[in-house]
Amino acid sequence: MRVVVLGLGNILLRDEGVGVRVVEALAECYTVPPEVEIVDGGTAGMELLNVIAGCEHLLICDAVKDDAPPGTVIKLTDTEIPSFFQTRYSPHQLGLADVLATLTLTDEAPGHVTLIGIVPLDMELGIELSPEVGAVVGHAVEAVVMELRGLGFVLGRRGAVVGCAD
Amino acid sequence: MTRITIDPITRIEGHLRIDCEVNNGKVTNAWSSGQMWRGIEIILQGRDPRDAWIYAQRICGVCTTVHAIVSVRAVENALQLEVPLNAQYIRNMIVTAHGIHDHIVHFYQLAALDWVDIVSALSADPVAAANLGAGLSDYRRNSVQEIRAAQDKLKAFVGSGQLGIFASGYWGHPAMKLPPEVNLLAATHYLQALEYQRIANRIVAILGSKTPHIQNLAVGGVANPINPDSQSTLTLERLFAVKAEIDKLGEFVNKAMLHDVAAVGALYADWTTYGAGITDYLSVPDLPLDTKGTRFELPGGFITKGDLASFKAITSYQDGFFRDGVKESVKHAWYEYKGDDRARHPYDGQTRPLHTGFEDNGKYSWVKAPTFYDQRVQVGPLAHVLGMVAAGHEPTQRHVKRVLEVASAIAKTPIAVTALHSTIGRIAARAIRCAVLLESLQNQWQLLIDNIAKGDFDTFNRPTFPKGEIRGFGYHEAPRGVLSHWAVIENGKIKNYQAVVPSTWNAGPRDDNDVPGPYEASLMDNPVADTELPLEVLRTVHSFDPCLACAIHLVDAQKRPLVQVKAV
Repeated sequence: MRVVVLGLGNILLRDEGVGVRVVEALAECYTVPPEVEIVDGGTAGMELLNVIAGCEHLLICDAVKDDAPPGTVIKLTDTEIPSFFQTRYSPHQLGLADVLATLTLTDEAPGHVTLIGIVPLDMELGIELSPEVGAVVGHAVEAVVMELRGLGFVLGRRGAVVGCAD
Repeated sequence: MTRITIDPITRIEGHLRIDCEVNNGKVTNAWSSGQMWRGIEIILQGRDPRDAWIYAQRICGVCTTVHAIVSVRAVENALQLEVPLNAQYIRNMIVTAHGIHDHIVHFYQLAALDWVDIVSALSADPVAAANLGAGLSDYRRNSVQEIRAAQDKLKAFVGSGQLGIFASGYWGHPAMKLPPEVNLLAATHYLQALEYQRIANRIVAILGSKTPHIQNLAVGGVANPINPDSQSTLTLERLFAVKAEIDKLGEFVNKAMLHDVAAVGALYADWTTYGAGITDYLSVPDLPLDTKGTRFELPGGFITKGDLASFKAITSYQDGFFRDGVKESVKHAWYEYKGDDRARHPYDGQTRPLHTGFEDNGKYSWVKAPTFYDQRVQVGPLAHVLGMVAAGHEPTQRHVKRVLEVASAIAKTPIAVTALHSTIGRIAARAIRCAVLLESLQNQWQLLIDNIAKGDFDTFNRPTFPKGEIRGFGYHEAPRGVLSHWAVIENGKIKNYQAVVPSTWNAGPRDDNDVPGPYEASLMDNPVADTELPLEVLRTVHSFDPCLACAIHLVDAQKRPLVQVKAV
C-alpha cells in the first residue's frame, strides 16, 4: 500500500503555505516507513500526476477557507471531498481537482482522499506563518500522524529536534 | 459596441483579466490586466544569493524549474563564476525535459479543447479516425483498437457527469470546425499525451532529485555527485534509465503531436490570418556548451517586424545587447517609481505598489510593461523558432519544413512560413520547438555520457562573494519565452532583485508611449461570433500559453456574472 502525504500552498504568501509547512514539520519530527511518501507540492498542478498516480491513500494538507476561526484544523474525508472541490475552499484545488480528474480518466485515482485543512489568517506577502497559524502546525502534524496510524503505519520519532512536540 | 471582461478567479499563479471591445463581430480594443501583485523581489532583499533560487522557484507552480535555473545563472553571472561542464549538461537536460513536458501539456491539455470538440469525437467512426491517422504518419498507436478504447473511455467519463478537465469545452460552438474523425484522433492523442508528459516529468525528477521542486541546484553547479560506481550518486544505470524515457517520447512527439498540430493548423487555416500582434520577436540562446556560457546548442536573438533577415543574435551570458536593452514601464501598471517615473532598467527597478482601480486610459494591471530598446516585443516558442530559423539552426529548419509540408498537404494549398505570424502559428511553433528540444535532450545526454567517460566528474565550483556591490543577470529560453532575473548583490547579500518573466513581456499593459502589449495587439480584429461565449478570444490568449491555471467568469457591462467557465 502506497500513501502520499501532500503539502500544498505558496510559502511566499504566509499562511497560504501552511500545508507545505505541515509536511516539512512532519518530515523533520518523524521517520516514516518506505510506503509513505511525503511531498511538498507547492502550487503545482499536472506535475503531481506521477506523484499521486496509483497511491492507495492521498493525505492532503492545505489552507482551507472556512467560517471557523483562523488556526482551526479541520478534517474532510472521501465523500466530503467532492463538495469541497465544488465550493472552492482552497486556492489550489483547481490544479488538484484537475489532477484527480485526470487520474480518474487513466484509472489511477487514489482509493481514498483525506484533507487536513488549516484555516489561514494572513495571506499577504511573506515567508513566516502568522503566530496564530504557526501555533497549530503541531496539531495538524499530529492529525496526519493519527491518520497514518489509522492506516496501520507507526511513525518513529526523531530524537530531540527543536520545535517538535513532545 | 459590446465590452467583454474575462476575469479569472484562481490565485495559483496570479490572475489574468482580459477586456475586449467588440464591434460588428470583431475586437476593436483590448486590455490585458494582471490581477495579482507579485512581490518576490521584496522577499529576496537581504537574503543570501545562494538561497535565492529556492524562493524564486516558488513564484509559480508551473514554472518552478525555470525560475530556479535563471536565479543561479544570475548570481553566477554577477560572480563571473564558471560552471562545470557536467553541471551545464545536467541542467540542460532538466530544462529541456521540463520544456517538452510543458509543451505537450499546453497543446493537448490546455489549448486543444479550444479547437477540438470532444462531443463530436464521441460520435466519430473509429475506423475513419484510424485511416486518417495512417494517412498522416506510421505512428503505431493509431490503431482502430486503441482509438475505439479511447472513445469508450471518453464516453464513460462524459457519461458519468463529472466533466472535470473537460468542463471548459465550448462544445458545439459555431467556431468548432473539425470533422468528427479528426476530433477523435486528437482526443485519442489527448489521452496518450497524459502518459508522455509524465515520462518527460520523470526525467526531471530523476535528474533534479524531486519534482515539482528540484533539489539539485546550487550556485556554481549542481548537487549531483557523479560516481559511476556508487549507487547513491548519479550512476550510469540512472542515466541509461533517462535515455530509455527519452526514446519513448520521440515516437509520440514526432509521429503524433507534430501531425496533430499541422492538421489543426490546416483545417483552421483562417486562424493563420488572426493574432499576429507584435511581430518584433525576442528570444535568447540556451543550453550552454561551455563553462562560461559563450557557446549554445540553441541560438536566440532579436527579429524586427517579422523580417528574418533582420535577425541579430544574442551570443553569450555577458551579452551587452541583451543586458542594455531591457526596461520596464509602469505608466499603465499599478506601481510607481520613486524619482523618475519613466521606464527603468531592471537593475534600477523598484517594486512600489500604487493601486488605482481599473482605468482604461490610466493604470490597469499588476504586470509591468517590458520593452526592448523601447519597443514592445513578443516572446515565446514562436519568437524562438523564428530566431533559430533565422540563425540557420538545422533541426529547427527541418521541423518547420516538415510541419508546413504536412499542413499544406492537408489544406491542399501551400502554406508558407509567414503563416506562423498568427494565433495558430504560436501553437504550431510550440510543437516544433518540442521536437527540437527532444533532439537537444538526446544531444545533451550524449555530451554528458561522453564527458563522464573522459573521467571528468566535476559538478560544482564553490562561489565566494566579494565585499562591495556586484550585479548580474541570468536568462533562459523558458517554455513561455525569455525569462531573466537581475540581481544586485552587496557584501554577499541581495540588495535588489527583479524578475522579468515571459508572461510580463507578452501580457504587459500599454507602455510609456501607450503602445499595447503582445496580448492586446494580437486580439485586435479577432472575430467574435458570440460575445457571451468568446471562444475566439480565448484561442488567441491561450496560444500564448498564459502561465495561469485560470478559472474565468464572464461579466456584462454591469459586472454581473453571466456565465462561469474554466479556461485553463
